[in-house]
Amino acid sequence: MARTPVEFRLNGAEKAVFVEGGANLLDVLRRGLGDMTPKYGCGQGTCGTCTVLVDGRPQLACLTLAETVAGREVRTVAGLPDGAELHPLQDAFMENFAAQCGYCTPGMLMAAAALLERRPDPSREEVVEAISGNICRCTGYEPIIAAILDAAQRRRRRAS
Amino acid sequence: MGLTVETYASAAEAARALAAAQDARYLGGGTLVMRAVNYGDQSFRRILRATDPALGRIAAQGGRISVGAGVTMAEITESRELGFLAPAARAVGGPAIRSMATVGGNLFAAHPYGDLAAALLALDGRAVLADGREQALDELFAARGRGQQPLVTAVTIARPERGAFRFRKVSRVKPKGVSVMSIAAWLPRSGGRIAGARVAYGAMGPTPRRVPRVEQALEGRTLDAAGVQAAVAAAAEGLDPPEDAIASAWYRRAVAPVHLRRLLLEEDG
Repeated sequence: MARTPVEFRLNGAEKAVFVEGGANLLDVLRRGLGDMTPKYGCGQGTCGTCTVLVDGRPQLACLTLAETVAGREVRTVAGLPDGAELHPLQDAFMENFAAQCGYCTPGMLMAAAALLERRPDPSREEVVEAISGNICRCTGYEPIIAAILDAAQRRRRRAS
Repeated sequence: MGLTVETYASAAEAARALAAAQDARYLGGGTLVMRAVNYGDQSFRRILRATDPALGRIAAQGGRISVGAGVTMAEITESRELGFLAPAARAVGGPAIRSMATVGGNLFAAHPYGDLAAALLALDGRAVLADGREQALDELFAARGRGQQPLVTAVTIARPERGAFRFRKVSRVKPKGVSVMSIAAWLPRSGGRIAGARVAYGAMGPTPRRVPRVEQALEGRTLDAAGVQAAVAAAAEGLDPPEDAIASAWYRRAVAPVHLRRLLLEEDG
């Protein structure tokens, strides 16, 4: 079977992999490169748990043909912490009880990271819109929304 | 998987390969094709794609605007040129879908998707094919119903006068829910009266469709309660809306006049 070489940056590091025809980015990240942070949920663009950032924009890794990220920058939850220091979103998710079963969390974190990088001081409405493509069946969303608003404050405090 | 991916530098080459192939699907943003791949669709063995920069172009052309088939929903919402179309682009999926889903793909998205396509139809949209031919979107959708799916490289649309274009998507879950229906209306006015209205529905048939009886009933009228009465009465005339998990055909017919009225009078809800 035809295998195609694809090179891209993953969380700041150059990666080169061979991908099978029709492989999606999620399989390449998980099976090919061992980054287990993005999850497989629905495989059809409904649940959002495979959300990663491609050149800073949120994208669904399960619907992204692997070849299309050649030469681009992919970011996952594995790239959020700064060494031993968690990202403000991760701290805020823990302290606001924004994860219960935790399956939606990686997608929520990346959708929120995309928002905060564009809008450091988002309104509640903007937060709701930013995670509107991510399904959570445990929390009822309220703790997640609170955590993202809290993370925005933490991020601004850290920056100042 | 056993699929082959073919990447072409120009849309014209990809179109030729697509026309010659029985076993190929063209991939734009991937939200439709990769879903089929993930679910084991055996109807195609080859994925064709093009990296042609022309596919991503938004350009003014006289009174019209050309939107490349590869332009994403997110790019529409960020374009100053296409501000009037932003509400329709924002109605598609969540942010991650919007950074992938393309204008071209939306033209071929099966029910209940294709909200943007309804807006393009109302704006006198014309598909530009890879060989340079143009096809009105009405015709493209009719041909799509017969299984024809040519490669579209761009869609040209009218630039509506300020405030003359309206769009709303009706869904049960907000902000991201599947369409009960979507309504797009281009309502040019002359001396306060509507002249040349184009109204299109999404999710009210297998493809987006215009509602000529509504358009005729709006002609020469004013946008007030009395003026829109005939159009609202005709809202569901002659329609055979689909039945799905979101809504029954009966429900879609029953609520069409309510939502058309709200759109025309710009009421909340």
